[in-house]
Amino acid sequence: MEKGRKIHNFASYMSRHWALYVMLILPLAFFFVFSYMPMGNLLIAFMRNNILVPVFETPWERWVGLDNFRQAFENPFFSRAVRNTVMFSVLDFAVGFPAPIVLALLLNEIKFKRFKRVTQTISYMPFFLSWIIIGGLAIRMFSPTDGSINNIITNMGLDPVPFLNQNNPWVATNVLLSVWRHLGWNTIIYLAAITGVNPELYEAADMDGATRIQKMWNVTLPGIRPVILILFILTMGQIMGADMARFLALENLLVRDVSTIVPIFVWRWGLQGSQFAFTAAIGLVMSVINLILLFIANYGARKFGGSGLW
Amino acid sequence: MKKTKSRLKRATFGDWVIVVIMLLLITTCILPVMTVVATSFSSAGAIMRREVVFWPVDFHTGAYADVLGDSRFMWSLAWTAILTVIVVVVNLIMTILIAYPLTYDSLKGRKLITVLVVFTMYFNAGLIPTFILYRNLGLLNSPLVLILPGMISVFLFIIMRNFFTGIPSSLKESAEMDGAGPLYVLIKIYLPLSTPVLATVGLFYAVGRWNGFMDALFFLTGRTEYHPIQLLLYNVLNNLVNVEVMDPGAAAAPGWGQAVQAAAIVIAMVPILCVYPWVQKYFVQGATLGAIKG
Repeated sequence: MEKGRKIHNFASYMSRHWALYVMLILPLAFFFVFSYMPMGNLLIAFMRNNILVPVFETPWERWVGLDNFRQAFENPFFSRAVRNTVMFSVLDFAVGFPAPIVLALLLNEIKFKRFKRVTQTISYMPFFLSWIIIGGLAIRMFSPTDGSINNIITNMGLDPVPFLNQNNPWVATNVLLSVWRHLGWNTIIYLAAITGVNPELYEAADMDGATRIQKMWNVTLPGIRPVILILFILTMGQIMGADMARFLALENLLVRDVSTIVPIFVWRWGLQGSQFAFTAAIGLVMSVINLILLFIANYGARKFGGSGLW
Repeated sequence: MKKTKSRLKRATFGDWVIVVIMLLLITTCILPVMTVVATSFSSAGAIMRREVVFWPVDFHTGAYADVLGDSRFMWSLAWTAILTVIVVVVNLIMTILIAYPLTYDSLKGRKLITVLVVFTMYFNAGLIPTFILYRNLGLLNSPLVLILPGMISVFLFIIMRNFFTGIPSSLKESAEMDGAGPLYVLIKIYLPLSTPVLATVGLFYAVGRWNGFMDALFFLTGRTEYHPIQLLLYNVLNNLVNVEVMDPGAAAAPGWGQAVQAAAIVIAMVPILCVYPWVQKYFVQGATLGAIKG
């Protein structure tokens, strides 16, 4: 009797929901194949296997435990790639995090509505350009032999500035280009938050005779504090996830020492140099570090802001 | 008119400071574009003499004739356009197919599926295991590698699902009362109400494909005829591929290469520059919708 009702319930549930499961077949197959199946191939990180013998046909003596990981940490080029990745993360964060907050505060103060709209639209432009195109624009602007900026400098009788062909200037140019690319786009979320600030607070501040800068500092900024905090923590969580396209587009042979970040190292040594097992181990370490950072960041977001990522 | 005047009059010193800062910001966005356009229209000699800054010197269009006359470049543009259209259609269908069922609260397994899908956004196996998979599937050096692995973006899936969730469920319930199935409800009720989110998600996919090149760089090394425009441009800028020139004599002049590269950049950039001002409001919608947590 009880069993019969269960079957009946199941049948009526399926009669209403079967179409939904049919719809989900293709997307779920997609995630299984392209996201979960590669995780099985991570086993290569524990093998000595650079000719890509299938996992189940690998002889026992080829399983080498953590040997590939040890090898990675003894490789001076890998240590350098780690150093570069950390360096760019810190610099990107130090310059790139506050910049859109400042710009959003300034945009919010513009009284001329049309001018504000045009400024915003133009400031989004770099975000829509690919890194390859930005790399091309950078050469045309900053090349020591025929870039526009250096043409202006040399026409004044000064020496060209090596924006792109010496280590330290290249790092600065790279970071500033990245900030420039994301600056306008990243203001969107802050501007949306600013519209949510209670207008009565501004009226009260006016009554007290507050200046514009005092209002920005004491009303607007505290009003968007929760958003700043959440984005701060989330950005910390992605801090090691450097954008590989950016480094591919901007690097050149003269700055290889500082331009090789971990994903580029994995590509060069792994795909181009056929050191599959060793670089798969590096990739695994990076993915795990990213996941741990994200969990810490999410914990922080919940603790301070009340809502996390999930 | 009168209003503008009074507003200008009321503008304080602080207002003008902000305007100046904004004009500087706009300048940093416009000058790089001007410089590359200037170089593309300038003569090789003027480029070598460092005369080109933000305006063409010895105006000519020879560099464009070379780039537009290069069959690989033109094919790559056409192929990238075709590819972008295919990707938008396929990705939209796939994204709808996962976003819509997961809006049913009554669907058993909904939580588990959502967790498994969102997890893929935060953990991926990395380049080498992906390479091995594509090798086993026969996707290496196949144009399908530019389509299949990117069919669903988890971020865009969340945007679409959030939008669908915002459609009043009373519409769904009353249709179901009349005996309509989920597919009917999707096509007749949800999709017609979802044009803003479909435009947003479709445009994100389109720009991503038009600007994308790393998949081709990694997995299409042997099939240059399927390289999208950005990868061809990358190779041209790094002198790995040379644009065929019409007049070898002129091309031998130092500086000509820079003009041709600049023309190639402009041609790859123009479609995006023409489209983005008209579609940016959809991207802004997406950026704010995506801020709602998954």
